[in-house]
Amino acid sequence: MNWHLLPQMIVTGLLAGGPLALMALGLVLIFKSSYIFNFAHGQLLLLGALITWWLAVPRGLPLWLAIVLALLAVAGLGFLIERLALRPMTGQPLLSIILMTLGLGQVLHGLALLLFGGVQRNFPQMFAVANPYRITLPFLINGNPVVVILKQNLVWSFIIAILGVIIIGAFFRFTHTGLAMRGASEDHELAQSIGLRIHRIFGLSWALAGVVATVSGVLLATSSGLDLSLSVTVLAAFPVVLLGGLESIPGTIVGGLLIGLSQGLVSAAKAPLLRHAAEIMPYIVLLLVLLIRPEGLFGQRRIERI
Amino acid sequence: MAVLRPAGEFDTSYAYDMATIRRGWQWVVLVAFLAALYLLPLYAGQGLVALVNRIAIAIIAVQGLNLLTGYTGQISLGQAAFMTTGGYISALLVNELGWPFYFSLPAAGLGAGVVGLVFGLPSLRVKGFYLAMATLAAQFIIPWFTRNAYKDILNGAQGINVQAPVLFGIEFNNPQRYLYLSLTVLVVTTIVAHNIGRSRLGRAFVAIRDHDLAAELLGINLFRYKLQAFFLAAVYAGLAGALAAHQIRHLNSETFNLIDSVTFLGMLVIGGLGSSLGPILGAIVVELLIEGATLIGPFFISVFPATAAGAVQALRPLFFGTTLMLFLIFEPRGLAHRWQIFKAAWRLRPFSY
Repeated sequence: MNWHLLPQMIVTGLLAGGPLALMALGLVLIFKSSYIFNFAHGQLLLLGALITWWLAVPRGLPLWLAIVLALLAVAGLGFLIERLALRPMTGQPLLSIILMTLGLGQVLHGLALLLFGGVQRNFPQMFAVANPYRITLPFLINGNPVVVILKQNLVWSFIIAILGVIIIGAFFRFTHTGLAMRGASEDHELAQSIGLRIHRIFGLSWALAGVVATVSGVLLATSSGLDLSLSVTVLAAFPVVLLGGLESIPGTIVGGLLIGLSQGLVSAAKAPLLRHAAEIMPYIVLLLVLLIRPEGLFGQRRIERI
Repeated sequence: MAVLRPAGEFDTSYAYDMATIRRGWQWVVLVAFLAALYLLPLYAGQGLVALVNRIAIAIIAVQGLNLLTGYTGQISLGQAAFMTTGGYISALLVNELGWPFYFSLPAAGLGAGVVGLVFGLPSLRVKGFYLAMATLAAQFIIPWFTRNAYKDILNGAQGINVQAPVLFGIEFNNPQRYLYLSLTVLVVTTIVAHNIGRSRLGRAFVAIRDHDLAAELLGINLFRYKLQAFFLAAVYAGLAGALAAHQIRHLNSETFNLIDSVTFLGMLVIGGLGSSLGPILGAIVVELLIEGATLIGPFFISVFPATAAGAVQALRPLFFGTTLMLFLIFEPRGLAHRWQIFKAAWRLRPFSY
């Protein structure tokens, strides 16, 4: 263990947990309302970031307007996806639904490649890079003072991400539509029989997921650049969802922070092999969660009867 | 679909009742078809032979996935990771220890099978997309291992060069010669897969797929059969991976990736789950689609000159994804089911229902 690196790595890891939580939120949103696990979330995120880039850089719109327009565009795309791809799958076996979202991911990936090409883009900087926040810790390690450097973009991404999760959580908890969504996920037929228009609810949750995806896409793009591999980063959010629990919105924050922390801790190790393990840390945690507590920290345990 | 026999054909012995190939003319057609495939290098160009090679290897991998996903109902996103395992095992045995290919190929299958067992362990506690997640973890952990562990042998992210296989003094170093190898493995593995499907093992798999708790109450040992399904799927993947690695002659952690795993699942669904015909049809259709996407690329650029340089690569995921989605909506039971319907209609002709 490199002890003098440890505080920095813990803080960086926790900060990385914010965007992870936001990505996980997009997955939980759809799962909570329609019981579908969306493997195409990464491509939604990529499209959101690409549309923002296209509006802001070649079209020259102000960044805030570009983001708003991209949010609307991807929300519309979410509606469209629900109507065209997922609605015919109602009542189909799980494998078909999983494959539908995987196929959808391929189509969206192809669309992104076709419309925008596969080259690396420079995304406009939203936060100052030059002056990172510095915090000197009140103790010494090996006789040296420890300074933790916080990059501004990471801090602001973290804050926005956590705010997003809280807002969506409040939406689910306190609004009428949120209640309807929770009801729809519990039992589709029952929800319909008390007069909920569940197809509209599903469409709305896909649109919301599109919005969340765009926000996390923009946040990731502004801190780590924009190319097609952006969609792959979402795969690290799958363990977050399972760790936090598939139905739990607070779980995304806890899961995101824990996964980020685990990556940070491993990065502070001395052995190079262990240090490189940071990239697969989420999946190791995932396997452990599945073996020990498959429903996650805050998920619902479901029993099955014949 | 119930077994629908042509009019006037009766089972006069148990052996005849069980036979897969029932009529003399079916044997003639099968032998003629296989002969045409084996003699392909005599009359077809290199491109076509290479395509048939790719299809054969894909069919092997998908047959294995079919045993796991089609028969047992366990979703796996890790088939390509087990191909990587098999490829590395065979390549290292040949390169480092000088094993002959006819030993290293089965060893690759067995080694990948054992790794498959490890990643199949979560299947005892979880199912559905939880299991998909566990196999997805394999898809990350195994390539990571080849990139970072034992760098002196595995050569990190660079990957390793793989020798062409030598069997009985013949070096299989071009697609024409390689075809004999991949077709032979394909025929053997397909026969095995088909017969597993209609044995005690296959029936246990189907029972688990249809309702695992009910299957357990019937006395089927879930632990044993699920692990056997994972083992078999990984063995097939290992064989396919070894074949592919020795053909491409180079192997790194990205040779078989997540997209390949998704493609195999897509092939399975497009072909049809739970029959040995499905993987064959699915692999042929999807590989032809991908080939088509590569072929019309230049034409596409000439029609839309404004498209970006990388846009041609977009055609492959677009074609594949769209086909997969259309099949899921309009023919979720795949081409094999369509073929059954066609056969039934032909036999009932002119009184089709």
